[in-house]
Amino acid sequence: MAAARRPFFRRRKSCPFSGDNAPTIDYKDVKLLQRYISERGKIVPSRITAVSAKKQRELSEAIKRARFIGFLPFVLK
Amino acid sequence: MPLYEHVFIARQDLSNSQAESLMAEFGELVAEQGGTVVAQEYWGLRSMAYKIRRNRKGHYGFFRLDVSAAAKDELERKERFHDDVLRFMTIRVDEHQEGPSIVLTSKGSRDDRRGGRGRDRDRGDRGDRDRGDRDRGDRGDRDRGERPPREAPSEA
Repeated sequence: MAAARRPFFRRRKSCPFSGDNAPTIDYKDVKLLQRYISERGKIVPSRITAVSAKKQRELSEAIKRARFIGFLPFVLK
Repeated sequence: MPLYEHVFIARQDLSNSQAESLMAEFGELVAEQGGTVVAQEYWGLRSMAYKIRRNRKGHYGFFRLDVSAAAKDELERKERFHDDVLRFMTIRVDEHQEGPSIVLTSKGSRDDRRGGRGRDRDRGDRGDRDRGDRDRGDRGDRDRGERPPREAPSEA
């Protein structure tokens, strides 16, 4: 039944942190982490950013560390 | 001995030289405890994302350490009681990275950070992808389309 997939929903399936020249997740890299927080400062779910589960765990840890040292906000508003 | 990355934030009303001497002080403390400072960086007076003890900005100091756990505890204890230190964080790492950290390498481009805020609009675009999830509703319709043939054999 899965054979008859409509063409219009295409999915970007590759994780931005896997592959050859993928960036390393570092709590000090504010510029990188900022891409994965919402306008309110919340961590964006991986189903939206396509980050793999393993990397998402690393990412959320890094974001929380960056928040603690004042690099990222806990809330924006 | 275990490897640590250590960040501390000092009060904003210290001068640069005071902050640097504070770093030197902590560096000496580590040496006294028999540890080594693999690398140290002064990240300067940075503005923080939120106020910490009524400070909008803070002097950031960063160490890559190779010290015993006891020496790390001693350093943290000193910082905890130090009036000029607002906050510190120690993180155990498996290995130290070579060269200056990303904070220093991307420092020359402070304006880029403002550009980064402009990228918030990109995040709005990601919201559009959320709307893409609504397409899943369409998938449900397709399933419903398939149901009648399934029922047919059960009736027969």
